[in-house]
Amino acid sequence: MLEHYLNIFIKAVFVENIILVFFLGMCTFLAVSKRVETAIGLGMAVIMMMTLSVPINNAIYHYLLRDGAWAWAGLPDLDLSFLGLVTYIGVIAAMVQILEMVLERYFPALQHALGIFLPLITVNCAILGASLFMVEREYSFNESMVYGIGSGIGWALAIIMMAAIREKLKYADVPDGLQGLGIAFITAGLMSLGFMSFSGIKL
Amino acid sequence: MSNRYSEVLTKPVFDSNPITIQVLGICSALAVTTSLKTTLIMCAAVIAVLMLSNTTVSIIRHHIPASIRIIIQMTIIASLVIVVDQFIKAYAFEMSKTLSVFVGLIITNCIIMGRAEAFAMHNPPGLSLLDGLGHGIGYSVVLIIVATLRELLGTGKLLGYTLMPSVFDGGWYYPNSMMLLAPSAFFIIGLLIWAQHSWKSHQADKD
Repeated sequence: MLEHYLNIFIKAVFVENIILVFFLGMCTFLAVSKRVETAIGLGMAVIMMMTLSVPINNAIYHYLLRDGAWAWAGLPDLDLSFLGLVTYIGVIAAMVQILEMVLERYFPALQHALGIFLPLITVNCAILGASLFMVEREYSFNESMVYGIGSGIGWALAIIMMAAIREKLKYADVPDGLQGLGIAFITAGLMSLGFMSFSGIKL
Repeated sequence: MSNRYSEVLTKPVFDSNPITIQVLGICSALAVTTSLKTTLIMCAAVIAVLMLSNTTVSIIRHHIPASIRIIIQMTIIASLVIVVDQFIKAYAFEMSKTLSVFVGLIITNCIIMGRAEAFAMHNPPGLSLLDGLGHGIGYSVVLIIVATLRELLGTGKLLGYTLMPSVFDGGWYYPNSMMLLAPSAFFIIGLLIWAQHSWKSHQADKD
């Protein structure tokens, strides 16, 4: 059983890295990967959000939205799964707000370090994407928790590596038009190529 | 005044292209471009949502309290995306399987949110509609270029028609299957950005 969970975890972090294989959360990935410090802060915030939002959305999906989820209330034909998208994004927005308040109250230093990135996470497609993948793959509650943590760590890993490379790139002699964004894409491509070597790994 | 309309419509296609210049909405741009057919459906979906959300936000812009505008925009966009999603599921079920989660992810496509916030909140509905259309087209142009390159070089086919017969079918073209994998999408967009920045050199961003 443990092996099964470990497998989901490894798959989420390396084999199906949410940035480098599914391209989710690219906007933030490119915009906030100029310095390692900020990248670490953002990575932490994403891990936290994924760990919380994916299992919560999983529970909501299973007990409220799924086809036949209202059978206990005498409504076996009710299928609310079309409400999924608006529910998940609502949950994520609310979670971000709550997380921000909790951090402000108990961990002001961390909240200060995350700064603007925390609210920005609401529109990070990686978070919504993880919830949607979780529904599509029909993960159970425990599986979704492992998947959430794994995807978060995978995302954080990729952005921190990217930031480290971009810090070094400042000293490289890049052709004029390719500077900045262009080279960032090429770098991401090479990283993605590297991560492909993980494909097929199974425990 | 007509100048203003045409400017709003054409500027985002080349001068301030949402993908290559503003770097918005990249996620879906990369993921759905393995074949031209899925890309076309995706572009149509994005253009529809972008135009409708811009218009809706613009119509009610005077009634939205500033403090909760993000949530209102989000709800409008999410509802529109649900409509589009259900529409694709009803009329092109196979396609909806291929696109999987990416139609849903239009919600978090920063172009849509960005235009609602930056343009539709301050401009009348007509202009906002055109702005949505312009940005939708700008987005689509890049996606279609990337998808054409990837599908043609990756399989030798385009929209299912064989243009370059592959060696497996007795032809001469040896398909470059890397084109269908994730890294090639990054490379192609990187090169497109390079091309665009060289063409409009004054816009190259200083890092």
